[in-house]
Amino acid sequence: MKYVDEYRNGRHIARLAEMISREVSREYVFMEVCGGHTAAIHRFGIPSLLPPEVRLISGPGCPVCVTPARYIDMLVALASGGGVTVAMFGDLMRVPGSILTLAAARAAGADIRVVLSAHEALELALADPGRKVIFPAIGFETTAPGTAVTVMDAGKRGVDNFFVLSAHKVMPPAMEILLKEGTSLDGFICPGHVAVITGSSAFDFIPEKYGLACVVTGFEPADLLLAVLMLIRQVNSRSPRVETEYRRVVTRDGNTRAQGFMNEVFEHADTEWRGLGIIPSGGLTLRKRYRHLDAGEQFTVEVHEIQRDSGCLCGDILRGKITPADCPLFAGACTPDHPEGACMVSDEGSCNTWYKYHNHD
Amino acid sequence: MCLSLPARVLTVDGNMAEVSVGGAVFRAGLQMVEGVRPGDYVLLHAGFAIEKLKEDEALETLRLLDEIDGLVSG
Ligand code: SF4
Repeated sequence: MKYVDEYRNGRHIARLAEMISREVSREYVFMEVCGGHTAAIHRFGIPSLLPPEVRLISGPGCPVCVTPARYIDMLVALASGGGVTVAMFGDLMRVPGSILTLAAARAAGADIRVVLSAHEALELALADPGRKVIFPAIGFETTAPGTAVTVMDAGKRGVDNFFVLSAHKVMPPAMEILLKEGTSLDGFICPGHVAVITGSSAFDFIPEKYGLACVVTGFEPADLLLAVLMLIRQVNSRSPRVETEYRRVVTRDGNTRAQGFMNEVFEHADTEWRGLGIIPSGGLTLRKRYRHLDAGEQFTVEVHEIQRDSGCLCGDILRGKITPADCPLFAGACTPDHPEGACMVSDEGSCNTWYKYHNHD
Repeated sequence: MCLSLPARVLTVDGNMAEVSVGGAVFRAGLQMVEGVRPGDYVLLHAGFAIEKLKEDEALETLRLLDEIDGLVSG
């Protein structure tokens, strides 16, 4: 059991596609909200295996894509300040701020280093007590517990040169905003790795309040097709509920230890999502008891965000209103080498994914 | 960055493990998972093991896929 190849069996995939074609009885629109799902769906060519009645659209689940330009501006200012190291995930490097990217700031001398985990950022701080190390905490419920563990560790050790700038976001409120805005959908492919932490029950409000189908699924082709089949069956039988295909890691209640760490360190706050605006309780900030480690509290930076309209339509893409090909800049003025918007930067961004896997000549 | 991958645990030292993803070795914090031993599979995300993979459930899903296969071809 390797937990990967087993779910790429060509025979299973062909049978699932056949089964889906047999069972469609109307049109269906399903939204995947996780950027990892978007990437997997296009990498494995899932849309080409589905009948034309089934349409998959992408939602707001790419953490880099929803990180506001203002946050990037703050990191640029902090990293350029002298005596400060910003130790961050590499994905942030090329995200456009309102003025500079972090890559450009680094080229101009800012001390920016790439780490693979929050823990590595803490290690940098421990190794050089004379430097202030700031960890930009981005990501959803999947990533936030790791930040929480690291903050608790730094607190216990009494480290005074490690700080976190939290831009963590939580997924269910963003899904609810889309529904409140009236996005027309038949169901959600729920984010599998968010659900590892939160449990599948975090999505119960969707069938209960909005009557939509939900399947929490994995990231291999058989997982994705099985989820589509399960969603179609829920719609056909008019019995919307939260089902889990990804049972090898997801339970109803989720990882309660990880939830405990998150609760200890973070509280919910109204938070800006790039392209979507302020989402009530849509993010996580450090609790008061950890304010000595909160870069937002411990550093004052002036940023003057420059509002410019490049014509980027990431906001509509994150809402599932349009596909990347509908953007006039797609593959012309905006490419992975010259991204206009964050959706073209990240490997999990819809525009980047479409650029890689679709013919756009 | 949001990628989470199944990883095989090679060694465990307190709260830290070395894990292998298809041969590439990474470090993984074990604070969120209990009783992890070498040979187990965990889901690795941004330097932490966020869950253990459950073999019985994984096999159950494969059994379901085989059943669908049988249904369509049978
Ligand atoms: S193609 Fe570029 S400009 Fe258009 S929405 Fe995507 S990221 Fe924005």
